Amino acid sequence: MATMRVNAIARDDLQWRIVYKHDRCTMCGRCLASCPFGSITAGVEKRRKVISDHLTPQPKVLFQSVPVIRQVINHQDACRGCGICEKVCPNEAIAPMLNPHGRLAIKYRSATADGYKRGGRSNLNPTGSTLDKIVIGRISQMTDPSLDAQRHTFDMLSPLGRVLPPQGLGLELKDGKLITSRPMPPMNWMYPIIIGDMSIGALSTRMWEALAIATAYLNEEVGLPVRMCTGEGGVPGPLLRSRFVRYMILQIASGHFGWNRIVNNMAHMQDDPAGVLIKIGQGAKPGDGGMLQAKKVARHIQEIRGVPKADLLSPPNHQGLYSIEESVQKMFLSLNAAFKFRVPVAIKVAASVTSVSVYNNLLRDPYNIVGGFFIDGISGGTGAAQDISLDHTGHPIVSKLRDCYLAAVHQGKQGQIPLWAGGGMGQAGNLAADAFKMICLGANGIFTGKLMLQIAGCVGQDNGKCNACNTGLCPVGICTQNPVLVKRLDIDKVAENVVNYFIATDQELKKLMAPIGNSTLPVGRSDALITTDRAIADKLNIPYAC
Amino acid sequence: MCRIGAIKSTEYIHPSWALRLMRSQQKGHDNSGFAMVMQDLGGVFEGYKKYPILSMACTEQGMKIAEDMLYSIGFSRIGQWNPEIRPAAGLNIEPMPMYVFQLFHYPKHLRSASDREKEDLLMDTRIKLRRELEKTGDGFVYSFWPDTMTLKEIGDPTDIGTYFNLWEESKDFTAKVITAQCRQNTNYDIVRYAAHPFFLQGYTALANGENTFYEKNKHFQQGLNRGYIGFESDSQCFLYTLHYIHRELGWPLEYYKHTATPLPFDEIEKRADRDVLLRIRSSLAHLEINGPNTIIGVLPDGTMFTLCDSKKLRPVVVGRTDTMVAISSEVNGINEILPNRDWKQDIYPHERETVVINNDLEVLRWQQ
Repeated sequence: MATMRVNAIARDDLQWRIVYKHDRCTMCGRCLASCPFGSITAGVEKRRKVISDHLTPQPKVLFQSVPVIRQVINHQDACRGCGICEKVCPNEAIAPMLNPHGRLAIKYRSATADGYKRGGRSNLNPTGSTLDKIVIGRISQMTDPSLDAQRHTFDMLSPLGRVLPPQGLGLELKDGKLITSRPMPPMNWMYPIIIGDMSIGALSTRMWEALAIATAYLNEEVGLPVRMCTGEGGVPGPLLRSRFVRYMILQIASGHFGWNRIVNNMAHMQDDPAGVLIKIGQGAKPGDGGMLQAKKVARHIQEIRGVPKADLLSPPNHQGLYSIEESVQKMFLSLNAAFKFRVPVAIKVAASVTSVSVYNNLLRDPYNIVGGFFIDGISGGTGAAQDISLDHTGHPIVSKLRDCYLAAVHQGKQGQIPLWAGGGMGQAGNLAADAFKMICLGANGIFTGKLMLQIAGCVGQDNGKCNACNTGLCPVGICTQNPVLVKRLDIDKVAENVVNYFIATDQELKKLMAPIGNSTLPVGRSDALITTDRAIADKLNIPYAC
Repeated sequence: MCRIGAIKSTEYIHPSWALRLMRSQQKGHDNSGFAMVMQDLGGVFEGYKKYPILSMACTEQGMKIAEDMLYSIGFSRIGQWNPEIRPAAGLNIEPMPMYVFQLFHYPKHLRSASDREKEDLLMDTRIKLRRELEKTGDGFVYSFWPDTMTLKEIGDPTDIGTYFNLWEESKDFTAKVITAQCRQNTNYDIVRYAAHPFFLQGYTALANGENTFYEKNKHFQQGLNRGYIGFESDSQCFLYTLHYIHRELGWPLEYYKHTATPLPFDEIEKRADRDVLLRIRSSLAHLEINGPNTIIGVLPDGTMFTLCDSKKLRPVVVGRTDTMVAISSEVNGINEILPNRDWKQDIYPHERETVVINNDLEVLRWQQ
């Protein structure tokens, strides 16, 4: 009797099973060559086969050694179900299949005494999304004619920058006209959808570059003033010194990665960036900070960030900032000063039950120097987060956005610090619908990151498919610095897809503004929304319909 | 759809002019009511221009509540005028028992106070009266302001005219500025307060259209001024924005258009005053109006104006003679009262225009 070690990881424990059809396989090796995780390997099996080569049946047993493709069974190299093997196989001989009985996460923790890590979440499985339970119910009819999405002009820009109340604008009358009598906080107007902050490092350089190219193209050729947030981790010098920097929102987070490169380039910048975003927290793994593993810190990343090849873990908090007031004085003021008060400085926090307190504090800031409040919900984020953080920390974004907006309404300060919200935007694949609903609920605009990855060709989804952003082995070259894998990504195609998606989104946004009869953004027009869910209606203070 | 109209005249005119202006547009409204505000009054009120007039519809009990309150504040009544009520069988009208147009002297301790103090007292008093009368449903206070009278009624405008004897011209009851609307509120139940024109501290506004930004307008306005109350009609927001821009902020009238229907960004960018316009657009985004509407407004100094939404989805026309300017939703209203005018001078304001009639009856066309 063979020795049986029941505690070892077994095929049945894996989340994904490789289904291999020996009779279809021609042993071309493409699957082996393309699997980034090393989850399959070539081997030889002894096969017993009964054959008959006579006119009448004369069975005989044949033993053969045949080459086969096998699944590797260990917790490090477990199949992620990305399906690249299936994509490259010319004969439909191999494919991963979800194992409903898998228990890899348990085995992983048992074996490594470490949290089970997985990367992104899906944008493909929107089950239970609040936004999908809201529809636009106020349709203009006779008294307030709907507009024609194709023919009418629409005016869709959102502010980034501190908005002062009219008495604070310092306007003076001169010869019957208002004139500005003193400097005011900087303000930039931009498309209400920002490409969210994903760092050069988390993304492959090619992916990041593709987004930057798409952003520039959208601005200069399409006429959509879309801005892109750089994420923490620096910006290539040539971009900083180019005019394209005007489309970028530079991010500084707790690790300050790449910030010295930005500072060193300031003297050579020919244009101002669109904004500066101070990241306090993110939605997907609040409290974790950044988690760039050493394996993704390639040479060019080391150069951009100014760091050695090591795990780059941003602290979850900004060392030295212990109160909102202090933050305002220290960081916001210094960043405002760095750009000579010409560039709006905004803050990004993870959505939390305390977000409203932070927002209230900023709204009451007597210095008026915080130019935007970005809140990031639980469904946001890419990267190398642990399972426990992804699945069990964070706050849904929709109600938190609404809470913040209504808190501002309560004080009569709505709009004074523009609200931008993200985290699962476009989860159902339709960014325009989500943006529109969030704007009606009080957002000035939204930001989206993960959807951009899906557009680029990310194969991951919620059922544990791929989710290998943390491994540095992204099979499609989006979240890796591995030169072989990165080359799988076609920069021009990604940029084209992103541009096309935004053009479609812009059309769709107009298609939603037209039926409610609005040619400008309906910020706070929650009367345009209805929901068939009583609880959502009550929580968001929007009409209930059934 | 609402029909609105306004007349500004160098001579005192009787409300029958406003009734005729509006009745000719009968097919455009539902005959559910008639309301008007008269300013720069003639007739019996001509000699009392500095004294506030209370315009109210109420029960006897309401009258008593109001009188007690006014006297307790220190107001003393110095005169009154009652419309000559002519009830008749078959009139389609839902009248209140009493219609009050009373003239008051300011409380003694405020007689030498600043205009601003007096104006605030009048507003606060009206709100207090309204709140008190709302408790029992004993009355509706439409205005409490010098040289201003307001009448709002439910029913067929022709019958309302008959009931109040408004068809018969009389020199006792005249004004140089009359704004009127023939319709009751349709957004919700019929509510007398919801009938245009709306009035606050010398500012009058009436509108034909739909304020699709009503909710955001309202949310913002509620915190701006204690006088911004009611919101029975989405069009009340237009009045409050006018009041806020012109009186509270002290901005010239042209910035009302810049606030309510801002220029598109690409046009703002080309302007010399782009900084100011962009700041207004950001700061007062919640006062924007983005739906089909035409607004007629009157400022405390008697200046009258009209403007449209940025898509011009509601019509308005301005016609004039040497002594009178009329603004109307439909040109047939103006044809009715000014049949001999030079119709080639009629103005159909476009979506970026504010047409202003000053006290010399000059008609100015401001381009946004």
